[in-house]
Amino acid sequence: MAKKGDWVKLHIKVLNPQERAPQVPEDTKEVPLEMWVKGTLCEDCQLGQSAKVITRTGRCVEGILCEVNPSYHHSFGDFIPELLHVGQQARAIVWGGACD
Amino acid sequence: MIERDNSYQGLMSRKNEIMKAAVGVDYSQFESGGLSFDYEAMMASTGYSLEDVIAIQRDLSIGRTPIIELKNLTALARHCAPPGLGARIFIKDEAANPSGSFKVRRAAISIHQAKEKGYKGAISATSGNYGAAVASCCARLGLKCIVVQECFDSKGLGQPEIIEKARKCEALGAEVVQLTVGPELFYIFLRLLEETGYFNASLYTTFGIAGIESLGWELAQQMREEYRLEPAMVVCTNAGGGNLTGTARGLRKAECRAQVVAASVNLKGLHMASDRQFNLKSFTTGHTGFGMPFTTWPDRSDVPRSAARPLRYMDQYVTINQGEVFYITEILAQLEGLEKGPAGNTSLAAAFSLAQALPQDQAIVVQETEYTGAGKHVNAQLSFARQNGIEILLGDPRQEVPGKNIILPSHPSLIQAQAADMDHLRLSLIKNALKAHPELERNAQGRVQLSPQDLEFLVAETNSNRAFVEKALESL
Repeated sequence: MAKKGDWVKLHIKVLNPQERAPQVPEDTKEVPLEMWVKGTLCEDCQLGQSAKVITRTGRCVEGILCEVNPSYHHSFGDFIPELLHVGQQARAIVWGGACD
Repeated sequence: MIERDNSYQGLMSRKNEIMKAAVGVDYSQFESGGLSFDYEAMMASTGYSLEDVIAIQRDLSIGRTPIIELKNLTALARHCAPPGLGARIFIKDEAANPSGSFKVRRAAISIHQAKEKGYKGAISATSGNYGAAVASCCARLGLKCIVVQECFDSKGLGQPEIIEKARKCEALGAEVVQLTVGPELFYIFLRLLEETGYFNASLYTTFGIAGIESLGWELAQQMREEYRLEPAMVVCTNAGGGNLTGTARGLRKAECRAQVVAASVNLKGLHMASDRQFNLKSFTTGHTGFGMPFTTWPDRSDVPRSAARPLRYMDQYVTINQGEVFYITEILAQLEGLEKGPAGNTSLAAAFSLAQALPQDQAIVVQETEYTGAGKHVNAQLSFARQNGIEILLGDPRQEVPGKNIILPSHPSLIQAQAADMDHLRLSLIKNALKAHPELERNAQGRVQLSPQDLEFLVAETNSNRAFVEKALESL
């Protein structure tokens, strides 16, 4: 249960597949246009239920409650072994020394 | 309260009136009635001189970024070049700007204008660094800010670089509206402009382009004062064309005659509005998917007449592969101690190759860097690509197929910028201009009859001459 005043994310289906713009490629025409907006929850609400928020610019937006305290999890990714060679080789060319 | 028709068709039919209210410019005053319009009059209509632009930017701590000579990268290029060749490579560290990229130069003038005209906020439709730039200026000047991003595919998988940009916009106080793939982003953008009455901080208004003129001007002055050099070549990463247009105009104002080269990441074969291909791209900007269409038809932008008209100023257009840009980003860190975002290094990868055809006493200047961080990083992008089934290989980058593999050059000598056919681009622009004006008069053979004014306009648009345009018209 999310409480009134919580910072949340809403999911909104904006256009159904049949409503998509004519110039959209075939694969994109098969899926809806979706939108996510964050704001302060106006009333207590369960995840997956319809909710209203007030966004940072003061807009009132209605959608399906999908996350409370939405966070970022992007990172520097996994180690890429191929990049090791790149740096080592360039340093060897410019500064001398061993290079594979 | 009046009920508005907010369906896709209903809203799009109000496009012109929404835009007029949101930019405060009546574009019809510049139209000739044919296919031409008065570009220079439009550019002058900002009312801001280059000195005003610089003053506005200084007030926001924008500009005066350092130019760094990349001596080790130059040494590496000379190792690959024929004897006597290998120009000195310089880079303008635009990541040192507030918000971490040159984009804040264009945002500064737009947001200054918005504040002057009494708008309460600004909206920008961008998945790039421009969002953070607008957010930063709005934060400084006390305006509200909305950034609309194309961010996810239909499975909800977000491009890490765009996710990072969303984070940064929010960190700077903006509201971020995120969407799945599709050109209907423009529909949401219009709806928000109408709903809020905010300023359209478009990348393509005169304000945005005037803001970049300071970059070209500053670059020429700095090279003269700090290095006593006139650059032979300035390389600009090219997407929507504003970066190149503004820089070239600034160089001209500084009476710098450097060749202006556009560079884009080669994403041939990937459709920009395809849901399935969205996350097969490892670059979200600075690529041919924007660069080519905007160069050959600038008026596809979100304003009636784009101020970004790169073909007017472009001496060469080169493409470079994804693996080559990631390689040079890694090398910039390893050899020069500068860790920067990969997308901004597109022009650097091109310059590394182009320098090898210029004499050693000449200077080639890369006019930007961008900030790096989680998501906007070689490792983040390459591992995201690998998770999406893209092969990461060491080898010959000429074998790279966008959407299938990314090939990091197995040796620096394999980095080779590929020159696009400039006449082909010019011809495409002429074709697109005619297509946009089916009402133009045609003779008995079906050839378009252009007024002298329209003919001169196409000469300027294509940076060519009357003979070229006349021949092109005959062939179409």
